[in-house]
Amino acid sequence: MTNSVERFQDPGLPAHIHRKADFDERAAKRAERQVAILFLLSALSTVGTIYSYIFVKSSAKVYLPIMGEQQVNNLGIGIGLAGALFFIGMGAIHWAKTLMDDTEVVAERHEFRSSDEDRAEFVETIKERAGTAQLGRRSLIKKTLGLAVGLVGLSPLVLLRDLGPLPKKQLEQTSWKAGTYLVSDPMGRRIKAADLEVGGVVQVLPELAPGQERTLENTGTDAVLLIRIRPEEFNLSPERLSWTHEGIIAFSKICSHMGCAVALYEQQTKHLLCPCHQSTFDVTRAAKVIFGPAARPLPQLAITVDNEGYLIAKQGFTEPIGPSFWERNSA
Amino acid sequence: MRRHRFAGPIIIAAALITVGSAFSMASALPTAQHAETSAANTVVDEGKQIFLRGCSSCHGLNAEGSGIAPSLIGVGGAAVDFQVGTGRMPMADMSQQAMRKRPVYNAEQTAALAAYVASLAPGPAVVDPASINWERDGNVANGGTLFRTNCAMCHNFAAQGGALTNGKYAPTLMGVEPKYIYEAMITGPQSMPKFADTTLTPKDKADIIAWIQAANKEPAQGGASLGRVGPVTEGLLVWTLGLGLLIGVAVWLATKAR
Repeated sequence: MTNSVERFQDPGLPAHIHRKADFDERAAKRAERQVAILFLLSALSTVGTIYSYIFVKSSAKVYLPIMGEQQVNNLGIGIGLAGALFFIGMGAIHWAKTLMDDTEVVAERHEFRSSDEDRAEFVETIKERAGTAQLGRRSLIKKTLGLAVGLVGLSPLVLLRDLGPLPKKQLEQTSWKAGTYLVSDPMGRRIKAADLEVGGVVQVLPELAPGQERTLENTGTDAVLLIRIRPEEFNLSPERLSWTHEGIIAFSKICSHMGCAVALYEQQTKHLLCPCHQSTFDVTRAAKVIFGPAARPLPQLAITVDNEGYLIAKQGFTEPIGPSFWERNSA
Repeated sequence: MRRHRFAGPIIIAAALITVGSAFSMASALPTAQHAETSAANTVVDEGKQIFLRGCSSCHGLNAEGSGIAPSLIGVGGAAVDFQVGTGRMPMADMSQQAMRKRPVYNAEQTAALAAYVASLAPGPAVVDPASINWERDGNVANGGTLFRTNCAMCHNFAAQGGALTNGKYAPTLMGVEPKYIYEAMITGPQSMPKFADTTLTPKDKADIIAWIQAANKEPAQGGASLGRVGPVTEGLLVWTLGLGLLIGVAVWLATKAR
């Protein structure tokens, strides 16, 4: 095989095709009128905008299909302003397309390198200015400037500290402890086990100690969903079964995938859904993941009742709630 | 082409169910004659008659339930009033979810059915709309907080409804009568869990209803509200209509004038 490739001729530019307006004066006149009409439409739209703003009462309403009941002045301002800008653009483009010169022009790329004279002159200027600024003689200025500029670069490095400190055990703790009362969210009422019907749910939070205030961070980690089903429907290990109370089971509401609030409970299928990525948990099997991207079941909160029948936590969560993190021990 | 060996039996079963439910629906239609003859009977007996003709094919002759429909013993009159009063029951077909439609039974027949089902076992009673008093007692702000904690995950933050699994969905609450909202909360229809008066007090419920009614009346100040469901419809509009317009303009920009 030979390396020679057959060269083909540069086809050059196609022949210029004249537009009608280039040679027909009537067509050119028509194009001129069209552009003028577009600009006039823009002017009219602006007048309409100003009119709507000043003279149309804000109480005036008009019914439009799909849009429903609308304020006339808002509508006038919006449509007017949109038309004012759109018709200027449209007129300018129509003008350019029909009347402005459209002959193709070849503009060769100029050389990138500056001329030798320019380059020499530039070097000369730098040298001269450095001399007149006395940079060589005034060493104090040179050194302090160096220090100042050098230190400026340090501050972004200091900001890196905001990446820490490490959260330590914070991610593994919630406010739930043995004996914490379950209270309804947001009413804050204690809940009797007998208050909850089969098929019922209550959104709960841990009861606050006197004087304590509920912060968003606490709500975001402590939120629990209480569900009551018929006890015989449970399919739990003996330990997990002992964490329930007469068919009442409690799960952390924070999804083990990305931390959304899992609270879509289908009481017929006993499935809990996460609204963010459709992870589905089976309540009867200790929130086992049956669909979706979640990797772990929702942590179950062990509950029991006090002497008066109010629901309390038997113990805190035995595993970190919410999504995985680097230092999390379990998988 | 060979058919599946169960194809025959399945087709026969499907045909039987279709004919059967069509017949039971047709025979349940109110007749003037029926109203006259039952005038002497008690309301419960009348309800039982309607039940046997219109509901028992799925829910069983004694409302004990079957493989395709739940038992109605202990669901109370409120459940019947909600399901039948909103037209959800009887279902039009065996789909995943009974949806709201024109009621099959009139108010009197619905009340009779509710009385019959309530007589089977104690359960939540039909709610008297006058007892809710949401207009007087309802605190809209508190109702909004309660709604966002207890209802918004399924029914959407603006009460517009949302999707569940396998074709099930939480319906929109726009235009739903306060009585039916209340009954839905205490009976937990279909996928919805129960929110009993013991955990969500009547006052809480009045607050929630007041908030839903306020959301119902919310004017769309910004123009078309696009269902108020947020980025889905807005995105759809921008990606189809908006981008379509831009493409149209781009094509016009690039065509040469002749």
